[in-house]
Amino acid sequence: MASEFAVELRDVVKRFITPEGNEIAAVDHVTMQIKNGEFFSMLGSSGCGKTTSLRMIAGFEWPSEGEVYIEGRAMGHTPPYQRKVNTVFQNYALFQHMTVYQNVAFGLEMEGASPDEIKKRVARALEMVQLTGMERRRPRQLSGGQQQRVAVARALVKTPDVLLLDEPLGALDLKLRKEMQLELKALQQQLGITFIYVTHDQEEALTMSDRIAVMSNGQVRQMGTPVEIYERPTNKFVADFIGESNFLEGRIKSISAKEASVFIPALNTEVKGMPMSQGLVNGEEVVVSIRPEKVRIAEKAARGEGLFKGRVLTSVYIGSDTHVYLDVRGVRIKVMEQNRISRLDPSSFYVKDQEVTILLMPENTLVLKKD
Amino acid sequence: MNPHRRSPLILAATTLVYFFLYAPIVILVLYSFNASRANIKFEGFIPSFSERVVMDGSTVKSSPCGPFHWFCELSKNDDVIEAAGNTLTIAFTATIIATIIGTMAAIAMQRYDFKLKPFSQISLYIPIVIPEIVMGIGILTLFSQFFGWVNATFGLTGDARLSLGIATVTVSHIAFMVPFVTLVVQARLQGFDKSFEEAAMDLGANEWTTFRRVTFPMILPGVLSGALLAFTLSLDDFVITFFTNGPGSTTLPIYVYGLLRRIITPQVNALSTVWILIVFMAVLLLQWLQSREEKPVRAK
Repeated sequence: MASEFAVELRDVVKRFITPEGNEIAAVDHVTMQIKNGEFFSMLGSSGCGKTTSLRMIAGFEWPSEGEVYIEGRAMGHTPPYQRKVNTVFQNYALFQHMTVYQNVAFGLEMEGASPDEIKKRVARALEMVQLTGMERRRPRQLSGGQQQRVAVARALVKTPDVLLLDEPLGALDLKLRKEMQLELKALQQQLGITFIYVTHDQEEALTMSDRIAVMSNGQVRQMGTPVEIYERPTNKFVADFIGESNFLEGRIKSISAKEASVFIPALNTEVKGMPMSQGLVNGEEVVVSIRPEKVRIAEKAARGEGLFKGRVLTSVYIGSDTHVYLDVRGVRIKVMEQNRISRLDPSSFYVKDQEVTILLMPENTLVLKKD
Repeated sequence: MNPHRRSPLILAATTLVYFFLYAPIVILVLYSFNASRANIKFEGFIPSFSERVVMDGSTVKSSPCGPFHWFCELSKNDDVIEAAGNTLTIAFTATIIATIIGTMAAIAMQRYDFKLKPFSQISLYIPIVIPEIVMGIGILTLFSQFFGWVNATFGLTGDARLSLGIATVTVSHIAFMVPFVTLVVQARLQGFDKSFEEAAMDLGANEWTTFRRVTFPMILPGVLSGALLAFTLSLDDFVITFFTNGPGSTTLPIYVYGLLRRIITPQVNALSTVWILIVFMAVLLLQWLQSREEKPVRAK
C-alpha cells in the first residue's frame, strides 16, 4: 500500500448554493486521516456534513477547496468509476430490474472479469453475507435486512481498498440493526478493509468504530476512539452530543498540568482535582460536565468530601436503569442508577421530595471550555 | 348501513356514459357487416358465400367473403392500401424520432438546471393546449414560406421542387408528439432516485454504460408508454395532417374524410373496424405495460 492512510481529507470545503441563492458550506475546512484497516465513523446529526464528506470520498461531489487523497493519491476530479472505493447506499440503491446475482456481478462485469471468475467471486460474496440460494430473486422480493446484505456484497465483491457506508442500517428495525452492527464489524475485521461509516446513531458509532469523528455544522468537533470521545470530550458540544451530561458553570481557581480546581457558585463550593480539557487558563469561566451514571446516591449518614444534599424531583423507571432528577442547592442534576436489584418492592423507589445525598467524585467530572 | 350502496342515479349515469361512449362504436362495427350498400339502415348480415358477388338492388345477397364482403372489397382498394401504408410509415417514423427526442428532453430537464428551464417546461404544454387547427395552419405557413424561399433561391423546378408530402406530415407529427413523450417520461423520472446512477458509477460503470445498463432499463416502461401514446395520436391525427399532406401522402383519416364527401359505403365502416382493432390492441398493450410497471413483486 502506497500510503499510511487509506483516505485523507486535507482542509476540505464544500459549498452549495441554496435555492434562495445563498452560499452555505456543508463541509467547512475538514481534515481527517483514516488509517488502513480502520473502522472509522463520522457521527453527527443531519446536515452536519458527514454524508457530503463521504460523497466527496466516493467521487459523487468534488471539493470546492482542499483535496481528497485515497491511498496517498490526490483525487481531484477523478470520477467515481476510477476510484478504488465502493459505497453501500442508505437506500441500498439495488438495481430493481436485475436479480441478486446480476446486481452483485455488475461491478465485476465493469472490470471486464471473465464469466468464470465472476461466477466464483459472486458466489463467494453471497456466501460471505449468507445469501447463497437467493441469486435469482429480485431485490423487491427480499426483506430489508436481505437487501442490505446484497448491497454489502455488491460493494465488497469488488475488493475495494475502502468501503464507504452511508447510514446503511437506518431503515432496519432496532433488533436487526444491532445484529447487523456486529456482523458488519466482524466482516470488517475478517477482511481487514478500511470502513468509513456515516451514522447519526451514537450508540452505533461507539459499538463499531475504532475511531469516530464527531461533526456539526460542517466541522469536525472531535476525533478519537470511542473511549476518548465519551470519557474525555474536548468541548461542551461533544460532551452534550455523546451520551448525557449535567453541566455546572464555574471559574477556575487554580490549575496544574492536567487538573483544575473550580469554584462552582451554584454549589457554593470549590471542587479540587478535576480533570480538564486542553487550553484552559487560570481564572477562566468554564463548565463542569458530570455524566449522570457517574454520580452516586450515597447512604444517608455519609459524611466527607464531595457530598451534597439534594431533594428528589422525580424518578423514572426504564427497566435496566432508574433515572432520578434531583434538586441540589437549586441546580437540577440527573442521576442514572442501574437496577442491580429488583425494584418490585415499592420502598426501593425514590419518591418526590425525598432527601438524599449524592457523591460527586472529582475524577469523574471534566472541566471544559465554555462555548 | 353500507355507505357504498348503489344509488339508482349513479346506475343511470353510468349506463348513459357507457351508452354514449360505446354505442357509436358498436353500431359502426355492426354496419361494417351490413348487407346494404347504402349505409343508412341495417339490413342484416350478408347471409352466404358464393363464387361471385350477387346483388339485389343495393343489397348484397351473397359474396365470396360472405359476411366479410366489405373487408374484402376494402383489401382490393389500392387507395386504402396506400393510405394505410402512408399512415403506418408516418406513425412509425415519427414515433421513433419523437420518442428519442422526447426522452432526451425529459432526462435533460430532470438532470440539469439551466436558465431557460421554466420556459422549456411551459413550452412543452403549448403544443398540447393550443388548438390543433392553429398549429396546423402555422406549420403549413412555415413550410410553404420556407419551401417557396428555397425553391426560388436555388431555382428548383419540377420534381426537384420541395413540396408537401410524407416528410412534412412526419415532421409535423414529431412536433406535436414530442411534448406527450416528454411529459410521460418525466412522470416516470419523477420517482427516479439518482443514487441508482451513482451506484452504477461507484461499481465502475462510466456515464454511457450507466445510462445503457441502469437508467434506460429503469425508465423503459415510461418510454414505451410515451411511444405508444404518440403512436396512437399519430395514427388518428386528422387536422394537422390535413394541412401538411400533399399528393401521394394521403393518410387513412384524410382518405376516410374524402370518402365521406362522396358516398358512404360500408367499406368505410370496415376500414374503421380494422382501425379500431389496431388502436384497441395498442391501448391494451399500453395498459399492460403500465400495470407491469406498478405491480409490486410479492415475496414468497
